[in-house]
Amino acid sequence: MIVRLLGVGALVAAAAVFPAVAGAYPVKLLQEILVWGVFAMSLDLLLGYAGMVSFGHSAFFGIGGYVAALALKQSPHALSALVLPALVAALAALVIGFFSIRVSGVYFIMLTLAFSQMFYAYAFQVAWLGAEDGIIGVPRPRLLGLDLANRTVFHLYLVVLVALAALVLWRVVRSPFGHVLRGIQENEGRMEAVGYAVQRYKLLAFVIAGTVAGVAGSLYTQFVGSITPDAFFWTTSGEALLMVIIGGTGTLWGAVLGAAAFILLQSLVSSYTERWMLILGLTFILFVLFAPGGIVGALRGRVGRRA
Amino acid sequence: MTLASPVLLIEGLTRYFGALSALNGVSLMIAPRERRAIIGPNGAGKTTLFNLITGHLAPSTGRIRFDGAPITGLPPHAVARRGISRSFQRTNLFPKLSMLENLRLAAAADGRGSYDLFGSIERYRAPLDRARAVAESVGLLGRLEEVAGRLSYGEQRQLEVGVALATSPKLLLLDEPTAGMSPEETQRMTRMLEGLPREVTLLIIEHDMDVVSSLADRVTVLHYGEVLAEGTFDEVKADPRVYEVYLGGAG
Ligand SMILES: Nc1ncnc2c1ncn2[C@@H]1O[C@H](COP(=O)(O)OP(=O)(O)OP(=O)(O)O)[C@@H](O)[C@H]1O
Ligand SMILES: [Mg+2]
Repeated sequence: MIVRLLGVGALVAAAAVFPAVAGAYPVKLLQEILVWGVFAMSLDLLLGYAGMVSFGHSAFFGIGGYVAALALKQSPHALSALVLPALVAALAALVIGFFSIRVSGVYFIMLTLAFSQMFYAYAFQVAWLGAEDGIIGVPRPRLLGLDLANRTVFHLYLVVLVALAALVLWRVVRSPFGHVLRGIQENEGRMEAVGYAVQRYKLLAFVIAGTVAGVAGSLYTQFVGSITPDAFFWTTSGEALLMVIIGGTGTLWGAVLGAAAFILLQSLVSSYTERWMLILGLTFILFVLFAPGGIVGALRGRVGRRA
Repeated sequence: MTLASPVLLIEGLTRYFGALSALNGVSLMIAPRERRAIIGPNGAGKTTLFNLITGHLAPSTGRIRFDGAPITGLPPHAVARRGISRSFQRTNLFPKLSMLENLRLAAAADGRGSYDLFGSIERYRAPLDRARAVAESVGLLGRLEEVAGRLSYGEQRQLEVGVALATSPKLLLLDEPTAGMSPEETQRMTRMLEGLPREVTLLIIEHDMDVVSSLADRVTVLHYGEVLAEGTFDEVKADPRVYEVYLGGAG
């Protein structure tokens, strides 16, 4: 436990001081990994703990991104950067979840996918969201007197927020509620039979995951300085699913490892060849066939299971 | 029958599957503290009766009252929260979770603390204590940390009953708890059930007549979805119709 805490602390510290020792491009990569890591972790709460395969998680990423873009252009403050995106994403998750959790399996996949594609189609068309160009030139906020336009300050802000999001999710999956989710993943029918109102727990999980995904989307907007309809597109959900599966489901940190592997591989491969998708597909197939537990599963197999 | 008002009152319960009436106008009255066995040949409708009581199936017609209040049409979790718990004929556990966690989840299902997002499960002593107590009474205390899917078949059947028991029900429905058990395991299970507090009203589907005779105050015989006979074990055993449709073949 102590060792783990120290390990996590060291990781966070290393991420925080990374810009001091690395150039601009590696820092950009790390920031991208951090943002996608939050998004992938939020999806892992559904996929790896509650057993809900959502193929529409991009809806909340996009909502967080667009709300942040619109609000930051009005007033570049913390409320715009974090509170509003989280709230609107939570509300959207409540509505989408309310309808989606009524079905399961393939139908849940299709319904969540359909909702997210509706957002994509809408954002792609309407002028107030910038249509296909999206919203560009989004300023970074001022927070507690700190100007996030400053590169170092922004990096620290990102590291702190990502660590906070990880901490919140980590507490949630270990809480009594998290244990209920695992029970639902294992045997929904028996949970219902012993007295759990399974639908309510699923909805709450969906809202929590959607909220955190909204924060991730907002961080993405702040990181890039713009947002486009692609944030809503199904490939955004698909990439997050790949990250979680490659990293190892039901571990949270596997999602971050998966995001790192995905983004590093992408930057590495696409600088040599155009066939990034082909390489990604092959990697994924190899993982599913030979390391079904993902990176975390493979690491654990090597190190031996810790009690 | 008894003076006390019944815990469970079933009136004219019928359930069709297509044209087949799996249950046909069954009425049943279970007194508080009673231990009732339901027997009958395969396909008689015994499990269907349980599914209707627990809300896993909706009745075609008929009414069910528990503790004086109607429960017909309630979803399973609501029925369970009223104090009715069941075990399943086909083992229905959380195979990748530890045995203790199987029992703790059931014991924590009263909802208190289940929505706690940031606490730890150790903070809630009552479900943990209940889980350990049930593990002891079903004879599995030594294997608390074992993953349920790795228990032996007999142990899984014990755990199946344990999970039902862990919710501290007022009415416990057991669907063939000893099916597939060795004679020793069956005896241990019977003794455990005999040792349950009388406050737990018991409704048990059972094919083993030794278990029925040592456990049940009264026996109801189902046949083709209808009540064929009802009485003490000896009365039912002496009934020539029961002998013909069931005991003759099974005994
Ligand atoms: N979900 C269902 N759909 C269709 N038919 C069903 C369903 N459940 C039960 N039946 C039918 O209803 C009848 C009664 O089944 P039930 O499972 O209640 O019998 P049982 O008395 O529990 O038998 P057993 O001793 O074999 O467990 C059978 O003919 C069965 O095939
Ligand atoms: Mg049956």
